[in-house]
Amino acid sequence: MFDPHVPHVAVIDQRVQESPTIFTLRLQYEDTRVQDAFEFDPGQFNMVTLFGIGEIAISIVNDPLDSHFFDHTIRVVGRVSEGMSKLQPGDHVGIRGPFGRGWPMEQIKGRDILLITGGLGCAPLVSVIRYLMRRRDDYGRISILQGVKHADDLIWKEQYSVWSAEKDVRVLLAADVATQSWQGQQGMVTELIAQLPLRPQRTVALLCGPELMMLAAVANLREKGVQDGDIWFSMERNMQCGIGQCGHCQIGPKTVCQDGPVFCYDELADFFGAKGF
Amino acid sequence: MNSQDPQVVSRRPGFLTRDALEKLFIVLSQLGYQILGPVVRDGAIQFDTLSAADQLPRGVSNDQQPGHYRLEQGENQRQFDWNHGPQGLKPVCFSPREVLWAEQSNPPVFNPVPPNIEPTAVVGVRACDLAALAIQDRHFLSGSDPDPHYRQRRESLLLIGVDCARSAATCFCASTGDGPALDGGYDIGMAELDEGFLIWRESDKGRTVIDQLDLLPASDAQLETMLQSTTQASLAQQRNLPDCDELLLLYKRLEHAHWDNVAERCLSCGNCTAVCPTCFCYEASHEMSLDGETAQMVRQWDSCFSATHSSMGQYQVRPTVKQRYRQWLTHKLAGWQSQQGRIGCTGCGRCIAWCPVGIDLTAETVAVLEEGSLDV
Repeated sequence: MFDPHVPHVAVIDQRVQESPTIFTLRLQYEDTRVQDAFEFDPGQFNMVTLFGIGEIAISIVNDPLDSHFFDHTIRVVGRVSEGMSKLQPGDHVGIRGPFGRGWPMEQIKGRDILLITGGLGCAPLVSVIRYLMRRRDDYGRISILQGVKHADDLIWKEQYSVWSAEKDVRVLLAADVATQSWQGQQGMVTELIAQLPLRPQRTVALLCGPELMMLAAVANLREKGVQDGDIWFSMERNMQCGIGQCGHCQIGPKTVCQDGPVFCYDELADFFGAKGF
Repeated sequence: MNSQDPQVVSRRPGFLTRDALEKLFIVLSQLGYQILGPVVRDGAIQFDTLSAADQLPRGVSNDQQPGHYRLEQGENQRQFDWNHGPQGLKPVCFSPREVLWAEQSNPPVFNPVPPNIEPTAVVGVRACDLAALAIQDRHFLSGSDPDPHYRQRRESLLLIGVDCARSAATCFCASTGDGPALDGGYDIGMAELDEGFLIWRESDKGRTVIDQLDLLPASDAQLETMLQSTTQASLAQQRNLPDCDELLLLYKRLEHAHWDNVAERCLSCGNCTAVCPTCFCYEASHEMSLDGETAQMVRQWDSCFSATHSSMGQYQVRPTVKQRYRQWLTHKLAGWQSQQGRIGCTGCGRCIAWCPVGIDLTAETVAVLEEGSLDV
């Protein structure tokens, strides 16, 4: 009988230090049949186990077409992620997944895409950006608004340059604390929305980051005339099982691990921003 | 007249004398079942392994009030005159603590740890707990990833239900539509009379057992008593819940002043979620061996009243008691309706009796639904 609680062993193929506290692991399932069967959508996540220590939910950041490996970009925030940061190529982790509902990439084909990320919550949206770039003709204008607390927190700087050189792609950066070499704006990422020449009827907004940032972004977007049904965001909650059973990640009647982590604003409007949910 | 009653027609019970109840235990043992049934332990009715019918309590009933549970010893010979103790079927299928899998670091491997299970007959299951079991079945088995541990335990069960012939003051199963008469979800049904039991099969699994009992024909008077008992138990209930549509309005009362009122009394102890037959939250954590070579994933019941339940590492989504009680009540009575098509309460009233400060779910619900502090 298939047991959804039991991880499969995956081996670390590559490890990249993205910033002092952020690293990316490129993983492969040890069992090639499991790797071959592994398919995911941008925005979905895996439960990643560090042997003997614990299991955490981490989004998958590479493109679904990469069938021989999958990438997890992880920030050191606690015991498990700190332990994982010490792993090297050849070491092993446990993987369960993929879980949840990702971004509505099929549904939003042909639309202008506005991506807004804040803090360090960029990983779930990076998978989307990569997805869009590979399928550039399927989508309209692309705007990427990336906010960070401190200018030094920005990772993947070269990628942003590459993306901004693409046709009909706009990249705007904001840092709460700017440095001398900072080329973006100083301030909140949500302040960048006002600078955009948005076509609200054509635009779909995809948000990821701290909830207060996303709340502010939703307000700005609605002001600009973007429809509630065209605003999507990725939520984070305490997730332990990934299969809608353990009860921790509920927001009202929704479970983040199964109904989400990506939600349409319409679906969570009653609870988004309500303290205690 | 009575033999035409739909309930009687579907049940078609035979009569078993009180002394002959032992035969049921013998048959169950011969069929290879371990038997779980009610015993008096630590001043409460609890399910434990039994080998003979004379181990059942006799003449024991209960007084249940908000924050109050006491057994009472009467003179009668009845063995199922109590309502329910702190636990029903939940720990039987959903283990309070169990190992999900074991791992070793070198070479790296994760191995499932299947539960050690034998066929189990549970004697004396109540209608509210059968309804709760159906809810837990949907939660653990109906999704895309059914829980193998729960499934193995669940499939090992033979359920012998008993009508409730009386209600405790905390019972409100009539208002949730889940009792006090048995209504499906069991294998063998029983109704207790002064002189013995009416007993019938509800499933094919139950037929195997019933066919080996030498049942006497039930009299019209006995059938009448069976029907009257549950009707009276239903009418005697003092508490009820508003209807389901009204309960959905709980989500529109998130800022009602009464949440603060409850929060002043609630200890956030989690007793209500532990005794609730439908609460399903669990936490899973690693336990490493002393030599660091092996570890296991252990899951145990969790509660939305615990500080870690909503922990995001650096902060809690629900740091206050008010938010936790509101989470529990709104989920139980409103959230489940869209998740499962019904409320997550079967009217057993355990959360009322076992709350150390006697918080009454039915009263708090009505208070929150009262007009006057409607937000949004």
